[in-house]
Amino acid sequence: MTGAGRHVLEVEGITKTFPGVVANRSVSFDLAEGEIHCLLGENGAGKTTLMNIVFGLYRPDEGTVRVRGEEVSFSSSADAIAAGIGMVHQHFQLVPTLTVLENVVLGAETVRHGVLELASARRTLADLSDRYGLPVDPDALVGDLSVGIRQRVELLKALYRDADILILDEPTAVLTPGEVDEFLSTVRELVGMGKSIVFITHKLREVSQVADRITVLRNGEVVGRTTPAETSEEELAAMMVGRQVSFTVDVGTSDPGEVVLEVSGLVVDDNRGHAAVRDCSFAVRAGEIFGIAGVEGNGQRELVEALAGMRPVVAGDVRLRGRSLLGLDPRRIAELGVGHIPEDRTRHGLIGAFSVADNLVLNRYHRPPFARGLVRRRSEVTAHAEELVATFDIRTPGVDVPAAQLSGGNQQKVVVARELSRPLEVLLVAQPTRGLDVGSIEFIHRRLVEIRDRGTAVVLVSAELDEVLALADTVGVLYRGRIVASMPAAEADRHRVGLLMATGSEAA
Amino acid sequence: MTTIRATYLRMAPVSVPILAIVTALAVAAVAVLASGSDPLVAYGALIEGALGSPERIATTVGRATPFIGTALAMAFAYKAGLFNIGAEGQILAGALLAAWVGTWSFLQGWPGVVLIPVVLAAGTVGGFVWGLVPGVLKARTGAHEVITTIMMNFIMSLLAVWLVNSLDPIILRDPDVSVARTRPLPEAARLWELVPGTKLHLGLFIMLGLVAATAWVLDRTTFGFEVRAVGTNPESATYAGMNVNRITILAMALSGAMAGLAGAGHVSGAEGFLSPGVFVNVGFDAIAIALLARANPWGIVPAALLWGALLSGAPLMQQRAGMSTDLVRIIEATVLVFIAGDAMIRWLFRIRSNGEVSTA
Repeated sequence: MTGAGRHVLEVEGITKTFPGVVANRSVSFDLAEGEIHCLLGENGAGKTTLMNIVFGLYRPDEGTVRVRGEEVSFSSSADAIAAGIGMVHQHFQLVPTLTVLENVVLGAETVRHGVLELASARRTLADLSDRYGLPVDPDALVGDLSVGIRQRVELLKALYRDADILILDEPTAVLTPGEVDEFLSTVRELVGMGKSIVFITHKLREVSQVADRITVLRNGEVVGRTTPAETSEEELAAMMVGRQVSFTVDVGTSDPGEVVLEVSGLVVDDNRGHAAVRDCSFAVRAGEIFGIAGVEGNGQRELVEALAGMRPVVAGDVRLRGRSLLGLDPRRIAELGVGHIPEDRTRHGLIGAFSVADNLVLNRYHRPPFARGLVRRRSEVTAHAEELVATFDIRTPGVDVPAAQLSGGNQQKVVVARELSRPLEVLLVAQPTRGLDVGSIEFIHRRLVEIRDRGTAVVLVSAELDEVLALADTVGVLYRGRIVASMPAAEADRHRVGLLMATGSEAA
Repeated sequence: MTTIRATYLRMAPVSVPILAIVTALAVAAVAVLASGSDPLVAYGALIEGALGSPERIATTVGRATPFIGTALAMAFAYKAGLFNIGAEGQILAGALLAAWVGTWSFLQGWPGVVLIPVVLAAGTVGGFVWGLVPGVLKARTGAHEVITTIMMNFIMSLLAVWLVNSLDPIILRDPDVSVARTRPLPEAARLWELVPGTKLHLGLFIMLGLVAATAWVLDRTTFGFEVRAVGTNPESATYAGMNVNRITILAMALSGAMAGLAGAGHVSGAEGFLSPGVFVNVGFDAIAIALLARANPWGIVPAALLWGALLSGAPLMQQRAGMSTDLVRIIEATVLVFIAGDAMIRWLFRIRSNGEVSTA
């Protein structure tokens, strides 16, 4: 720990309840000057609530917040910013149609004679960029920037407001592996220059890489305070989840059969009509997990949607056991034995306002036994739901509650349960564990391996390289819409695949 | 104490609209006072005019009858994520076709069991077609249904005026009367009056049947499930294998059919002929009623009755309190403001809304 000693932020005995939920129960936490203090916990553990209180977005029911030894009571984030606190939210708060410079000054503009004055802001921004090693083009439109650069803009926004206490909420959730490493070293540098940082995360690897101290939250309470030297990732995971968890699912050995899914020369457009998938070819065998690694935005979404029939194919072919799927609608493809766990569960996979039971039959509601002719049979739908809730351990107050009320992990379990509860030839899985906690990830990984062992051909697309490497039997790298390399899992190491993801070739 | 409070909060779907109406009456009382009348006299007359005698009650219910159909049309489309502003044109399309088909010469002399279903079916078809067009435009070209249904309203209202008013050539006009209206339906094609001398007719039960059928279709059938899925999250519906375009078209056409049936019922039950101006504002009031009912099919019945009561009570209010019937429109508008802005009512009466739960 550098700086050792002076506490710039102290939180004591914070309790915050929302109707029906205790988000924080007498939580205490402190941040020393010049340290990185990781706030670790599963989704819903109360990490963000606690920091939103510090940042003035919520008022605590009980407890005190002290900044540099002085008790404060912020009534809005403006007060917190004035006290030198900056927060980078998990979901960026940027205006895509404005430039970097405009975004940075937004809310803190200098106005002269009623006219926006940007020249001095431009100089300040250039200074900050230099000093903290955060290069940006001040005139680029934020909407054109990659996620990694946008995060840089968020940091600059906080620094522009003279924040020296930075709260970073799940800052790496949206970054690629390369960007994560770069980001973590940036964070280290910021601390080296006197900033103090609260780093909210549920990723254990980052914690051990970057933390000076660690506070673990579970169900709104502090369950552990430690340092990386005193603990291990296994121990931290157990603290977070409240029980022992295994990190690496035992994938066993696969026993691939014949080719089930064959993609050849596939071309698919994105929403703007540009080719996102270009001449993409691969084959997946029965009883095999074909993992597709790649930096996000290289055609993953378009590829999966085209395979599921949700997006038109421009050229090429997709064959299921020799039969072309081109031109078939999503229902027909599903009925031929193709399951699909979509990338965005709230946008595609679920209807949040519908009950858990209805969501569990979302693509089979019209078939017996769930309907007789045009009339739905609610007792069958309910019985089916109760069975799946039990077998897939979906934590819900009942099968009639709207799916939107479930936690992210349990929502994903609803999708997984629905797709895996019927015989499948092929399972398309996109980002199956995004935003989920360790316990749910473990559960979903086990299920994927299980269905592979039953002879299904699994196509796994994930932005988490670790996930692909842990589960796949064959690893393909998607770069600019093409599978540029494909190799057995044994030959795929982080470095080799990372290079292919970044450059599209192994010769770099 | 806590249970009383809990019950109070659980009653919100019913209590909020009622409190909105009460609040609106209180606010509108200011307008009454400003116009120099006594609010108590005015409201007393309004209530008496709407509910003061069996005949007055029958009139109120009769006025509410077409509103049930048009508001239901609005609500059904809304469940499919469509904002059908076209009930005004669709009710007229249905009424026009019903009024025309009912006077076809080869149908004359048939008994009511044949004629009434034929007339009602004609109205349903008219509304169906008038809803189908914006539905197809929406699904095939993305044309927004608000725009297209408004345009369809203009087309239909002017078409109806021409068809019914034209003297040279005579198209649908009854040449035997001086006012512009269609020729009368044969007696056998008329829905029976329930209370003689009022415009309350059997169409009320047809509309109530339609409410029940719609509620059942939405709640219990696969088609209703599809409609609600498309209306809530079209992307999930596509993912689930539903044909979003087909469902959009069908929902819009069926919505129109409901309004068309209401129009046929009115022609056959209340009037026996069509005068083109009779449905002015019915389609737009339907939007208000559907909003008041929060697009719930059964909620539409009390909401439409409220509308019928305000309209049928207004003349007595005008007479007693010596003020314009337009005041009723002010009350209606005020009710709507408080319903649409129900946060005001919830704040005023300390009714917390759901969904305030936050985690992280």
